[in-house]
Amino acid sequence: MDSINLEAVRDEDFLRTVEKESGQNLSRCYQCGKCTAGCPCGPAYDMQVSQVMRAIQLGDKQAVFEAASPWLCVSCSTCTARCPNEIDVARVMDTVRHMNRREGGKHPTLNAFWDSFLKTVRLSGRAYELGVMALYMLRTGKVLTDMDLAPRIMPKRKLPFVPHVIRGKAAVGRIFKRFHDLRMDG
Amino acid sequence: MKLAYYPGCSGMGTSAEYERSTRAVCKALGIELQDLPDWSCCGSTPAHATDAVLSAALSARNLTIAAKTMAQSGATKFTTPCPSCLLNLKTARHHMAEPEFRAKVDAILDEPCPPIGQKGEEPLPDTYSVLQLLVEDYGLENIKSKVKTPLKGLKIAPYYGCLLSRPPKIMQFDDPENPTSMDRLLEALGAEVVPFPLKTECCGASMGIPRRDITERLSGRLIETAVRYGADMIAVACPLCHMNLDLRQEQAARAKNAVFDMPVLYFTQLMGIALGLKESDLGLNKLCVSPTQALQKIGKEVSA
Repeated sequence: MDSINLEAVRDEDFLRTVEKESGQNLSRCYQCGKCTAGCPCGPAYDMQVSQVMRAIQLGDKQAVFEAASPWLCVSCSTCTARCPNEIDVARVMDTVRHMNRREGGKHPTLNAFWDSFLKTVRLSGRAYELGVMALYMLRTGKVLTDMDLAPRIMPKRKLPFVPHVIRGKAAVGRIFKRFHDLRMDG
Repeated sequence: MKLAYYPGCSGMGTSAEYERSTRAVCKALGIELQDLPDWSCCGSTPAHATDAVLSAALSARNLTIAAKTMAQSGATKFTTPCPSCLLNLKTARHHMAEPEFRAKVDAILDEPCPPIGQKGEEPLPDTYSVLQLLVEDYGLENIKSKVKTPLKGLKIAPYYGCLLSRPPKIMQFDDPENPTSMDRLLEALGAEVVPFPLKTECCGASMGIPRRDITERLSGRLIETAVRYGADMIAVACPLCHMNLDLRQEQAARAKNAVFDMPVLYFTQLMGIALGLKESDLGLNKLCVSPTQALQKIGKEVSA
């Protein structure tokens, strides 16, 4: 691992904000590595969970925000269940992506998927699966995504071709609008 | 037994058979489901990965409706079949116990959420999975007494997924690493439960679209292991697990350079079969991997 100049990278505010937003005491982590050992996404990570935890302790915001790992966390909470110091590690990973997003951080495909999903919720009040796929393809240009699944699922006649629009869709829309107006979305 | 019921969005689409079989089973058991009027999406993973306040607000709208529904209908508990909805609904209520967080959530809702407290006319209810209420409240002995076609001869790998029991402090259900509720339920139906070691290992969750390689690796491992343990099928309780294991089974097989033919059924479909319900009420024809051949083992003597 590369050496780092702590005086240069240490961002105390970053550490405190992660602790406050996640409600977790990060100084309890003693780097046992149990979270990393059980993480199903570890093989896809560029920085293992325990390394993310260490980088947060060090206040190394840049390293944490540049890592792909917090975006890729599937929130299975295996780390949380196994942490001997009762840190909700999955909530810390979630918090990191919330903070990163507010500062304009994005993952190329994950954010496109999440935003597509939430857009269908904002418009109709409920998630609309075919709509999510269409929006995702538009956003990413990956127009062949899951095309191999079409002949498997279409004959099952489960996917409606129009979204379920609820009566309270405007109320749901207002939740998103206030969230945006209060600048909670960055 | 009367329950306020939140179906969840996937029940209107990809998990239509879970929705249909849950309703059929509850009806057969005499459990009345009172639908939440005009429920909206809980936001699922996309909301909680985006922001905790947004996620809690999307859930809070539904918890508010649930509180009213329970007060008006006399339903005793609030339930959903979907673990992802369950996680968001439970987490929202859990986090809203912190006044500062609650204030942020209330600020983006039309009207503030009812209080969580024990007293008061419409307190914000906790949410329970259908599986939990069937096992803990309705009871396995009660279920067993209603079985018409025991699932004898069927070897099932019980797969719980991540969220039914994790994070443990919020979900408060069974063991986070080795849950046994579904095992015991399937045994009450007469099935043989194989000692499946990956009960709560992740299937890849919603990575199927944005990072299919992750889903293929994780789901492939689950199916391979079920095969190795001699399972005739996998039983699940989650629409997303089901999508990854059933709809995406060929993708996982290609990635593993294997051929899979592993039926994946919702536990409610298996309950329906054991209770003698009509196939059309259980949506067996909605499954991608056909269970027909595996189901023919029911009641057959197993040769040694």
